[in-house]
Amino acid sequence: MKELVVNKIREGTVIDHINAGKALLVLKILGIDVGTELTVSMAMNVPSSKMGKKDILKVEGMYISEEELSKIALISPNATINLIKDYEIERKFKVKPPEVVDDVLKCPNPMCVSNVEREPVRPRFYVKIEENEVSARCHYCGGKIKDLANHII
Amino acid sequence: MRHLISINDLDKEDIIYILKKAEEFEDVARGERNFKILEGKILGNLFFEPSTRTRMSFEVAMKRLGGEVLNMTAQEASSIAKGETLADTVRVVSGYCDAIVIRHPLEGAARFAAENSSVPIINAGDGAGQHPTQTLLDLYTIKKECGKLDGITVALVGDLRYSRTIHSLIKALALFETKIYLVSPDALALPEEMLEEIGGDVSRARLSEIIEEVDVLYVTRIQKERFPDEEEYKKVAGSYRITLETIKNAKDSMIIMHPLPRVDEVDPAVDKTKHAKYFQQAFYGVPVRMAILSEVML
Repeated sequence: MKELVVNKIREGTVIDHINAGKALLVLKILGIDVGTELTVSMAMNVPSSKMGKKDILKVEGMYISEEELSKIALISPNATINLIKDYEIERKFKVKPPEVVDDVLKCPNPMCVSNVEREPVRPRFYVKIEENEVSARCHYCGGKIKDLANHII
Repeated sequence: MRHLISINDLDKEDIIYILKKAEEFEDVARGERNFKILEGKILGNLFFEPSTRTRMSFEVAMKRLGGEVLNMTAQEASSIAKGETLADTVRVVSGYCDAIVIRHPLEGAARFAAENSSVPIINAGDGAGQHPTQTLLDLYTIKKECGKLDGITVALVGDLRYSRTIHSLIKALALFETKIYLVSPDALALPEEMLEEIGGDVSRARLSEIIEEVDVLYVTRIQKERFPDEEEYKKVAGSYRITLETIKNAKDSMIIMHPLPRVDEVDPAVDKTKHAKYFQQAFYGVPVRMAILSEVML
């Protein structure tokens, strides 16, 4: 049987074990859109023994930042990051959702003070992981969000 | 610096401590004892929304303890709000006084105010969010009138979905060994998320089925604007009205509480019974707020 092989990358980042269907959002977090000149490979809904299905993303020539890592962890707490140099894995690690995130999530409550544009207020959320589900609570109004992907700034 | 923003910031010990302190202030609150421990201190009342009881009882508490009060009413607040941010207003007013009491229509406003204030902030209601001093005075009323907080049965009646008073109170009651019955129309039931969060002995019930075992009947107002039409409102509100008939099988010692103002959810005929404690409850706001003011300012 023929298989589609995604080439190894020389320099860059491979993000594996992304929750199925979330790779497009990870691209958005990384600021990669149609105008990008980076070489990007993406595989969605790949069979996985651990996860059932998963997404994989390879980005040539880009190393991801701490801030981007925190955001990815919020939508895909099982993701693993491989930093590649000269075709070899230089560093491999799992993402870990931060306990507190500032300026990452927007509170969906229209009556929350964190949504007042004129106030010098930074949205802050407290992150909680229960049975692989990530939820976050607004520092100001106390509102809880479960669908974090829809609230990333 | 100590702020009082949410009942969730307090643990059981903190609550018991404040209630004990409030008891020491009761005779001062009645004007029977001079105790001017806040002489020379100034409280800033920053009310961005109308309030009668809360604002007045803070003012009385402060004055009975020898302090002074600066008032900014909702009307003045609206003119300030046109040009100035909440952050700036708080920064300015915190330079004028030793503590600020704030009521604001936005949720989280008190916490945000605390982050911008050089003096302690006391939350007197932030939108549908928190109103911790109301919760503390509710607990104080139960403790005074029932003699204890552990081991009591409370029925929460009316609008359990939108009432911030109920949301704060139920969390605080869950810290004690209380049995809680939720009595409300389906449309105004306690949010599912909150039910999961509090855990404990909480269940929905019809008032007629549980009235005999209830120690505290906590009634809230059902607001007209929560219903699509007047007819529907009248039908629902009428069936949750507390009358002499509703409470005829209640224990002798059962108390009725209400955060006030009431419209017609408690029949005035009930006022004369020994069960009616809502006016006493309003008075208890004074010693409780004295305890809080002295705690944050001294």
